Amino acid sequence: MTPLLLSAYSATTCLGRGLGATFEALRSGGSGLAPCGFETVRLDTWIGEVAGVDQAALPPAFSEYECRNNRLALIGLEADGFAGRARGLIERCGRERVGVFLGTSTSGILQTELAFRRRNATTGALPDDFNYRTTHNSFSVSEFVRTYFGLDGPAVTISTACSSSAKVFAAAARQIACGTIDAALVGGVDSLCLTTLYGFSSLELTSPRPCRPYDAQRDGISVAEGAAFALLEPAPRNPAEGSVLLLGYGESSDAYHMSSPHPEGLGARVAMEAALKSAGLEPRRIDYLNLHGTGTRSNDAAEGKAVAELFGRGVPCSSTKGATGHTLGAAGAVEAVICALALSRGLLPGSPNTERADPAIGIDYLLAPRPCRPRRVLSNSFGFGGSNCSLVFGVAG
Amino acid sequence: MSAAPLSAWIQGVACLGPGLPDWPATRAVLRAEQAYVASPTVLPAPALLPQAERRRASRVIRLALALGLEACAGAGAEPASLATVFASSGADGHNCSALCEQLASDDRLISPTRFHNSVHNAPAGYWSIATRSMAPSQVVCAYDASFGAGLLDALAQVAVERVPVLLVAYDSEYPEPLYSKRPIPDAAGIGLLLAPQPGAQALARISVSLSRDPAPPLADPALERLRSAIPALRGLPLLQALALGAPGRVRLDYLPPLQLTVEVQPC
Repeated sequence: MTPLLLSAYSATTCLGRGLGATFEALRSGGSGLAPCGFETVRLDTWIGEVAGVDQAALPPAFSEYECRNNRLALIGLEADGFAGRARGLIERCGRERVGVFLGTSTSGILQTELAFRRRNATTGALPDDFNYRTTHNSFSVSEFVRTYFGLDGPAVTISTACSSSAKVFAAAARQIACGTIDAALVGGVDSLCLTTLYGFSSLELTSPRPCRPYDAQRDGISVAEGAAFALLEPAPRNPAEGSVLLLGYGESSDAYHMSSPHPEGLGARVAMEAALKSAGLEPRRIDYLNLHGTGTRSNDAAEGKAVAELFGRGVPCSSTKGATGHTLGAAGAVEAVICALALSRGLLPGSPNTERADPAIGIDYLLAPRPCRPRRVLSNSFGFGGSNCSLVFGVAG
Repeated sequence: MSAAPLSAWIQGVACLGPGLPDWPATRAVLRAEQAYVASPTVLPAPALLPQAERRRASRVIRLALALGLEACAGAGAEPASLATVFASSGADGHNCSALCEQLASDDRLISPTRFHNSVHNAPAGYWSIATRSMAPSQVVCAYDASFGAGLLDALAQVAVERVPVLLVAYDSEYPEPLYSKRPIPDAAGIGLLLAPQPGAQALARISVSLSRDPAPPLADPALERLRSAIPALRGLPLLQALALGAPGRVRLDYLPPLQLTVEVQPC
């Protein structure tokens, strides 16, 4: 693919709001996970909750979009002055020439879960103040963001579970290549809800302690929430030093099982190979891998196998989910931003909570952060339904 | 608008909805050779799935698999090799409703199968498992604009990756109480197999551009009701042009103020 510039980016997770808080936690090896105290959920697990989401009301003009997911989206947009940068881009390109591509798995479904507690005792009807389109529907967050910026261009939500907001980079890159749009606002927003907390628990995939990706003793995920965004536009001939570029994308399907990865990591391998091909790079040119690394037995074993086959022990790798938790549909974008920080600020993140990397997985797994100047990095995101996406990013200068 | 149109050859078509059992029957209705007769959508058993899963397959999964298969069969295409785009304004409404009901009760221990079937990409997952396709699979939602969003994504893949892409646009109903908030009357959808080159089975070449011209209503009031009530059927005017087999231009509702203009050149 023709490289695209990430002209602005930001991430908000349980590590904090924006790049400063995120980088400080990655540099110091901190984690934002805490015992689950969300809403009325009573589960023996740890979660990654963003502080102050309920206090972040949307401006009155956007009140019909009020729900946890869109409040989190707004917090994410306003971090690091990202919204201002987006307005500048829209000013330059025009309101019809900037597309919106956002990933989410559950959107504002919490609003529906809560509305079901307030059904009319006689008729069973949901309350009048419940608005399905602007909250629960998967498109709600993209419509909110499109409306928030007064955009008139194409907009879409991609919802492929935990690969959603990695795939937005590929979808936006193709529309830019076709000339449908000049630039794109991409990202992912997923927020805590009962469906995912009780759902992952029902699959016995939640850990009773902070998740430990790639640990020999790993026993599940820590469900989390997050909002991460980037502006994608054609790269100038000579991008400024430190500019982060999208160099390649690769997508695949496992064709194996709805909620378990292919045991040999076949789909993961196909996605990574496609991303390297799209970037025109050999595996040895990659300096760091941000793994999907959820902390489940099966994900890390399958992904680790695919990484070992393709990269051997030659490339430092880590999952940052011990720091952020698994932000599900936002994970692809959150980890794209973490890759951008690694490239622009010179740091390979470690893996907080992981004590001993699984010796059965033959990769160079980083437990602690390492100062380093990577030039090209690859990020993996895999989801239920066997949906895989790998992205390659590079730094200019 | 300045963007160049996105083009592809249509190699296969599928349609399924209330009173529209398959593409040949839909084609006859759209050509006014048969009168439209309203009746609930009949979803075929998902022949692709193993016996045990066939019985358990939900309505959206039956719908999406049937549409994908019909579009491939018409083109003589092998599903295992095809990149896919699934476009839907919602997920499995019955499954979602059951989950929300249980999570509002004292017993929140939901079934793991219900949970993994709740993802928006469940039909895409079942399709790839059933066809053993490891090709990329996209799953998009743009509420009432989902058909247009899926078409744009599929066409961009055809143009950039130079591969055939199967587009499956589908929607299914919610039960009450969600039905009152999102009244989609029945399950329905459209499948299109789009290719960068014309094959032996090619029906037409389409060129799609963004415009501001809203879609005019379909002449037949019953078909117009379906078009406006079920987001996936916003593509019916394109199917009508394919059915009539004459060159022309159709307009599809997309995302206001943007609409889609489709130039159709039959083979």
